Amino acid sequence: MSDLIFEKIAELISSKKSLNKELINIESSFEDLGLDSLDAIELIADLEDEFNVTIPNTELQGIKTVRQAAEGLTKAMGA
Amino acid sequence: MKQRRVVITGTGIVSAIGMNTNDFWKNIVECRSGIDVYDPTLSDQIRFKHGADIKQFDASAFIEKNELDMMDRFAQFAVVAAKEAASTAGISFNEENGNRSAVICGTSIGGVHAQENSYVELYRENKSRVHPFTIPRTMPNSAASNISMQMGITGPVYTISTACASSNHAIGNAFWLIRNGICDQAIAGGSETPFTYVFLKAWEAIRVVAPDTCRPFSKTRQGMIIGEGAGMLVIEALENAQARGANILAEIVGFGMTSDACHITKPDQKGAERAMRLAMEDANLAPDEIDYINAHGTGTLVNDSMEVAAIRTVFGPHTNSLSISSTKSLHGHALGATSALEAVATTMALHHGILPPTANFEEKDEDCDIDIVPNASRKKDIRHALSNAFAFGGLNAVLAFKKWEE
Repeated sequence: MSDLIFEKIAELISSKKSLNKELINIESSFEDLGLDSLDAIELIADLEDEFNVTIPNTELQGIKTVRQAAEGLTKAMGA
Repeated sequence: MKQRRVVITGTGIVSAIGMNTNDFWKNIVECRSGIDVYDPTLSDQIRFKHGADIKQFDASAFIEKNELDMMDRFAQFAVVAAKEAASTAGISFNEENGNRSAVICGTSIGGVHAQENSYVELYRENKSRVHPFTIPRTMPNSAASNISMQMGITGPVYTISTACASSNHAIGNAFWLIRNGICDQAIAGGSETPFTYVFLKAWEAIRVVAPDTCRPFSKTRQGMIIGEGAGMLVIEALENAQARGANILAEIVGFGMTSDACHITKPDQKGAERAMRLAMEDANLAPDEIDYINAHGTGTLVNDSMEVAAIRTVFGPHTNSLSISSTKSLHGHALGATSALEAVATTMALHHGILPPTANFEEKDEDCDIDIVPNASRKKDIRHALSNAFAFGGLNAVLAFKKWEE
């Protein structure tokens, strides 16, 4: 997983929830960061746009942390 | 004032499992689902490929050509279903009874086909004008208005838009108008035609649609399946129905509605519980008098486990004696029309003494450990039933029905 992916996820969450980026780390759960199920769907949609990939619904259901989001994205990119 | 009894004397259906009540009910009893690959010109561009759309619909047999031109698909569905409902009820409207009659229709989105066509003309084809009927075709009240014009109904006519609870709200409102003596009869139900490119894209984006089919309460469920259709009921005051010798199909006995005031898409169990309790209180029924629940049962992970937990809280040990099925597994989730389709299914279940099945069931989910009448209908004489609708926006509407008895 590249730093670029983590940076982008942190940037999007920080902007969306008005959070200091320093508070977001790779092990943060969406719940801890105040993201509910709709916020998570919006975050994944933004990442899909950013990296021009598609994360299937079946994968989405298991994405509940920053690490899982990064891994889901990496898998979708075939990297 | 003494509250009047309110009965159902006619039903009308446009759906993926039948273009009239008889075919709809036959396919429910035989557990034949209408879920299939939808129109490939649309599905080619959408991640999910399955829906319960209506492959062939010709309204010209029911509506004059010049009137048809004024209606979007959803209004055409509504008028066709309303005409069947009035015909099966054996009722017609004139200057005398028209003033005492209502039309209340549910829809979530109204005339989206006309709306989307206008966007294509302006944004894609760079035309400078749209069709002159775009407004009357698009407006969500056009279904109710067209029914009133076709039938000659001149009392209260309006539309309720509460997403996937729209039709239960519509039927419940009509029930209360009649019970309280404001009207004597009503056509109530809903209509929805959501198979347009933009609208399907919107459902794709919110990621609650299953890739294959709708499996309510099954451990393997992966989401809902979009459907389209219309369902209409003729409901009337018992004394009026009896005076004209109408064939009574079932009775509406209660209505309850609540708001979660919690989250715009995630359902809150307490709101669902209160709506079921209010419907039973309105009907003067105790929980242990209910035999069957036509569940909201969307087939999403969140709804189905929440709904079962709400039912367990409200019904306690009686839950294990209840039969609970989701007919969305057969006719799809027709959004603002779905609870009208389900009201017709519940009416027929009480009338015929047959429990509608939950189709496509694969594997038991410990969180949904109830009798869901899996994969086959079942003969059972039932007296009281609820039909649940829990909508996005946290809006809940539950109807209580009773088998017709003098």
